[in-house]
Amino acid sequence: MPDGTNLIYQYDGSFDGLLCCVFESYLKKEFPADILPPDAPQATLFPVREIETDSEKARRVLVSIPKKMGGEALDFVRRAFLTCAPQKERNILLFLRLGYRVGPRVLDMLTNDTVDTLQKAVRHLNNEAHLLKGFLRFSDFNGALAAEIEPKNSVLPLLVQHFCERYPEERFLIYDRTHASALIYQPYKPIILPVEDFQMPEPDEEERSFRELWRLFYKTIEIEGRHNPRCRMSHMPKRYWKEMTEFAQGTKSQFTLEERKRDSLRKL
Amino acid sequence: MDLFDKLKILTDAAKYDAACTSSGVEKKAAAGGIGSATACGICHSFAGDGRCISLLKVLMTNACVYDCQYCVNRRSNDTPRATFTPRELAELTIQFYRRNYIEGLFLSSGVLKSPDYTCEQMTETLRILREEYRFNGYIHAKAIPGADSVLLSRLGTLADRVSVNIELPSQNSLKLLAPDKSKHSILTPMGYIQNRIQENSTEMVRYRHAPKFAPAGQSTQMIIGATPETDFQILNLTEGLYRKYRLKRVFYSAYMPVSTSALLPAADTKPPLLREHRLYQADWLLRFYGFSAGELLDAGHPNFNPFIDPKCDWALHHMELFPVEVNRAPYSDLLRVPGIGVKSAKRIVTARRTGPLRFEGLKKLGVVLKRAQYFITCSGKTAEGLKITQDAALRSMMSETAFGRLQDGLQPEQLSFFEQPRLTQEDVRKCLTGQI
Repeated sequence: MPDGTNLIYQYDGSFDGLLCCVFESYLKKEFPADILPPDAPQATLFPVREIETDSEKARRVLVSIPKKMGGEALDFVRRAFLTCAPQKERNILLFLRLGYRVGPRVLDMLTNDTVDTLQKAVRHLNNEAHLLKGFLRFSDFNGALAAEIEPKNSVLPLLVQHFCERYPEERFLIYDRTHASALIYQPYKPIILPVEDFQMPEPDEEERSFRELWRLFYKTIEIEGRHNPRCRMSHMPKRYWKEMTEFAQGTKSQFTLEERKRDSLRKL
Repeated sequence: MDLFDKLKILTDAAKYDAACTSSGVEKKAAAGGIGSATACGICHSFAGDGRCISLLKVLMTNACVYDCQYCVNRRSNDTPRATFTPRELAELTIQFYRRNYIEGLFLSSGVLKSPDYTCEQMTETLRILREEYRFNGYIHAKAIPGADSVLLSRLGTLADRVSVNIELPSQNSLKLLAPDKSKHSILTPMGYIQNRIQENSTEMVRYRHAPKFAPAGQSTQMIIGATPETDFQILNLTEGLYRKYRLKRVFYSAYMPVSTSALLPAADTKPPLLREHRLYQADWLLRFYGFSAGELLDAGHPNFNPFIDPKCDWALHHMELFPVEVNRAPYSDLLRVPGIGVKSAKRIVTARRTGPLRFEGLKKLGVVLKRAQYFITCSGKTAEGLKITQDAALRSMMSETAFGRLQDGLQPEQLSFFEQPRLTQEDVRKCLTGQI
């Protein structure tokens, strides 16, 4: 691998753009100190080179990955790109360079620092997507379903298949507040679009009553003699609670107060 | 009675059922329908007691003609009764499902009028869901002991998982506490379901569109701590159920005092949660780690050590098999090392193909070195700076809370109100360090 330079690549934030950075790195026989998306805070003294996205270059890199290290590696890199890991672009470049050298067994090199870092980031992404398949809550607005999430990773692409197979005849929208994008589905046509802002409409009478029924179920299903808030929190971290019906306003203040009272009693 | 009251009563009556899993089948909605299922299952929420909520877990009715002492729904209990109509329950399930609150329905029931009548009501609910709503999500139905096998078979073709509760771990306990049920009335439907599942798998080979019978298999549950069986008896029973009836899961539920019957533990008895936890740990060892019940416990040691988990306990009693060389040991041996689980053992097997493993590498693979270091070598070397002192070894084998309790000289909890040999602090120390 060529020596590191103190140069910084800036790309357009797309996957193709990142592939062009890989192309550039091989073309110029250099290794950038970092690869940054356009909106990254510019707190660096290093010279920045803007890498233009060229679909032909991107295609050449894209085709080479499954050829050199297998389709699984390409899927892995695509997922790594969706993670929120710091310096993921640079690590993907390192991973690909390693992969071009050693071939498909790059995915087995779990004790290699780069592979380990990316594996953990991808695991974090997969876990978050899996949890959201359960924790996400839809509301019905005149027959259409809408949900809001605030994930750390860009999980929407990983949710498409799941929710399309689940509700093939529904119309639904999942808004990702962190990444300002939304998954919009009409029967058999899913699409992910950038959406600047989205506010949930006011729920109607029927919607409110199902929410109440759910909150009632949630409270009743607990066996009080086994109350264990720490166990609940480790399975369902608090950052997800915000968007969940069972913790939403209505009974919220009352509920949390009750909770708190019970918890403080336990401590005594 | 409105839907709110019914839901409250019938959820409250169903909450002692342990199972709430939605795993075992992979399917997606058919065009025009709704609902899918994932093999690994999905938890939609966690209740305040930390238990997963995956399914809408309710009873069809909590009216019951039986009088089982340990059950809140027993005939002699003075409690409000309610019954869902099949249609309102199906509608509620769909509305919850659309909002992604749940993965499906877990339907159990008290016995209203007769087992057959109850089973018909449940079947009707599932029929509305499957045929009218074309619902393809997860359904777990509880078979009603004593119901006709034709009805049971209909239930099995509509549900993904069927279960029959074994209720108590022995025939004697059953006779004492559930006079209306017998081992025979429980094991007969279990055997019938097992046969149907087996038949079905051969049918499927012959005709691709043969209707599926309980594709996610069957499970059961038993109450722990209401009767005097030992852990060894319970684990042996579990192993037998897995072998003979090919069950997918056996659930244990720590007995919560729900009645003041003289036949049961006193009403202020705490549920034996630690004991339940140890049984689940052992259950995992049976299903995923290749252990057998006889290896973990025997007539001389009929109960689990409250201070350390069953796998650690086993390893400490078999130090002659250790240390294990991580770079060469077969997968099955790696699985037996405390601190190495299914995932990390698989990662070790993968990673060592690309080069020799060292201790720093193992940490990256998720091995808990704190425990594992006493039982492994990497390329013939033990962990650097590993000093085996009594205190350190104890600390690393036990969970923080267990260690704290040992320091204070406390028993972890009242294990059982039945006579059991108490472990002294000395015993634990001897067992932990005598062999390292």
